[in-house]
Amino acid sequence: MPDQPLPLQEPSDQPDQPLLDVRDLRVSFRTRTGPATAVDGLSLSVAPGEILGVVGESGSGKSVSMLAVLRLLTSPNVTVTGQVLFRGRDLLALTDKEMRAVRGREIAMVFQDPMTALTPVYTVGWQIAEQIRAHEPVSRKEAHARAVTLLSDVGIPDAASRVKAYPHEFSGGMRQRAVIAMALACRPALLIADEPTTALDVTIQAQILDLMRDLNARGSAVVLITHDMGVVSEIAHRVLVMYGGRVAEQGPRRAVFHSPRHPYTWGLLDSVPRVGGPRLRRLPTIAGTPVSPDSLPDGCAFAPRCRLRHEGCEERPELAASPDDAAHHDACRLPAGDRAALRLGARAPADETATAGEPDPSGEADQSGETDPSGETDPVDEADREMAP
Amino acid sequence: MLYFAVRRLVSALLVMFAISVLVFLIFFATPGVDPAARIAGRNADQVTLAQVRHSFGLDRPLPVRYLLMMRHLLVDRDLESFVNRGSRVIPQIVQAVPVTLSLVVGAAVLWMAVGILMGTAAAALRGTAADPVIMLVGVIGVSLPAYWLGEVVNLITQKQLHDTVFSWVPPPGYVGLGRDPAQWALHMLFPWLTLSLLYAGIYARLLRGEVVTAMNEDYVRTARAKGLSERRILIRHALRCSLIPIVSLFGLDFGALVGGAALLTEVVFGLPGVGKLTYDALQNLDLPVIMGTVLYAAFFVVLANALVDVLYARLDPRARHA
Repeated sequence: MPDQPLPLQEPSDQPDQPLLDVRDLRVSFRTRTGPATAVDGLSLSVAPGEILGVVGESGSGKSVSMLAVLRLLTSPNVTVTGQVLFRGRDLLALTDKEMRAVRGREIAMVFQDPMTALTPVYTVGWQIAEQIRAHEPVSRKEAHARAVTLLSDVGIPDAASRVKAYPHEFSGGMRQRAVIAMALACRPALLIADEPTTALDVTIQAQILDLMRDLNARGSAVVLITHDMGVVSEIAHRVLVMYGGRVAEQGPRRAVFHSPRHPYTWGLLDSVPRVGGPRLRRLPTIAGTPVSPDSLPDGCAFAPRCRLRHEGCEERPELAASPDDAAHHDACRLPAGDRAALRLGARAPADETATAGEPDPSGEADQSGETDPSGETDPVDEADREMAP
Repeated sequence: MLYFAVRRLVSALLVMFAISVLVFLIFFATPGVDPAARIAGRNADQVTLAQVRHSFGLDRPLPVRYLLMMRHLLVDRDLESFVNRGSRVIPQIVQAVPVTLSLVVGAAVLWMAVGILMGTAAAALRGTAADPVIMLVGVIGVSLPAYWLGEVVNLITQKQLHDTVFSWVPPPGYVGLGRDPAQWALHMLFPWLTLSLLYAGIYARLLRGEVVTAMNEDYVRTARAKGLSERRILIRHALRCSLIPIVSLFGLDFGALVGGAALLTEVVFGLPGVGKLTYDALQNLDLPVIMGTVLYAAFFVVLANALVDVLYARLDPRARHA
């Protein structure tokens, strides 16, 4: 197989029309203690060729919502409602057979743990060929040849012989590459990657992210689920922050990282450790524990942990556009204007420096957070950081 | 592979040697067990006993007796029964083996087919009413002892309904496969069904558990995300991985059954197999025959284990380099 830029399968993808348009997605689980809502009215859209980073804590509904999009939640205790429009078709209304034709061919998914994601008893090449042959009428031999090409495309050395290796003979990073190669086998228009780098060490993470970027350059849109703000800042075009199964904030990467509007996003950014500057005594955290899906509050889900909550937070906030940027939305009951000042006000008094506008988006977070228990931030720290580029 | 096979063979020989010594000691050197007294009959006087001892070689030192017995058994193959003098041990076993093999192989094919089918179906139908029903059938199969079931089957097919529904059932016994394949199968049919019922139940329950676990594995989610059909996921991925523990269990069961554990079924259906031979020899304390059948059983258990190891490596690539 010649290695050309991937032609998208259907010419109907126009940049102004979203590839994936999720509307009011709700996922609830029936549990012993009553219904638990994992995803509560999620709406998002992915444009063709776009990388959307979905961030949030564990349990915020990121993975579940994407599994629901692909209808991979097979438990009989799950109910999924809403609309998942992919190229205009509602995936939730398709028959199982039609859905199978979408999975793997138009939307592919890569999971977190590459150690267990491959069937242990078949060779890697066999599993890639299986994916190809599930969707395209090609011969065994041809599928095998394509598997070799795919493996070498994702950077596995000596692919022609490694294609005959079993998953346990691969390292973690190589396995994740193999899984990605498998996901790319049918040149999907959309790749959903569920924490693809979480189980890998940092150097391998960077390589996998490069791979995603390559893939994106060839025309596939990517939804990248992660809890790593650094990963999102490196690769995403747009960022969606989830909390308690709802969207807290979404917008272009620069907007979200440079002028975050939701207190939860502030907390996430503040809790990222910095590489430069002196070491802090204590990394800021978001106080409290993540909201449990079986007891979602009626109002703002983040309110119980928010320093700036007020009576208005009893009522559920709607997503609203920022006054500065129509593409930047957040769901918060704070006054729309001048959030940056509010953010500063929410911090410990010792911290006076403004942080908006720092060039490094992932390190943009200021270190002395609202939860610094003693408030004893070293002023020298602050001065040093100001001098950093 | 060669090293593996040689190592396997040496350990198998060691196991068989140990077993032969053990059996020999149990029957010849345990206090209170005097084969000569048994052979000479009740209330035999000392002279007769001494005579018997001498003629059976029981007055020689223990190690010599062991070696002599092994030589007769394995090298000269002319070891004679203590009870029916003149009838040799090896030919008796050789005659009994095809009967046992017919019974066990046929039953094994049946129980593996039925067990895999039931287990997979139950796992696939999990959450519906069919799953507990299939498992209940399995429990019933496990709960019916072969000797009781065999007697009931005989009662029904040979007596109660023999004149009507089951008039085609031949009398209990064995017909050689080489002599008349149709009659062979007809004679073996009910023994097969009886023996396989228990194992089919066990294997179905075990496999169901394995498949249910496998269906929750990450690789099954990956397979779904690939867009494979549920049937392919079930069979090619979940079932394929679930077969690994089943096969190792099968090897052990098969070895034990060929080695004589099918005794009850053989006795009930009048099949002159190895189990029956051992049973009769034990009744008469016919030491050479016991020795022969025990060694034969050990051989099959060890052989089956070795085969399972090889098959295991075929089924599970992760075991190949271990």
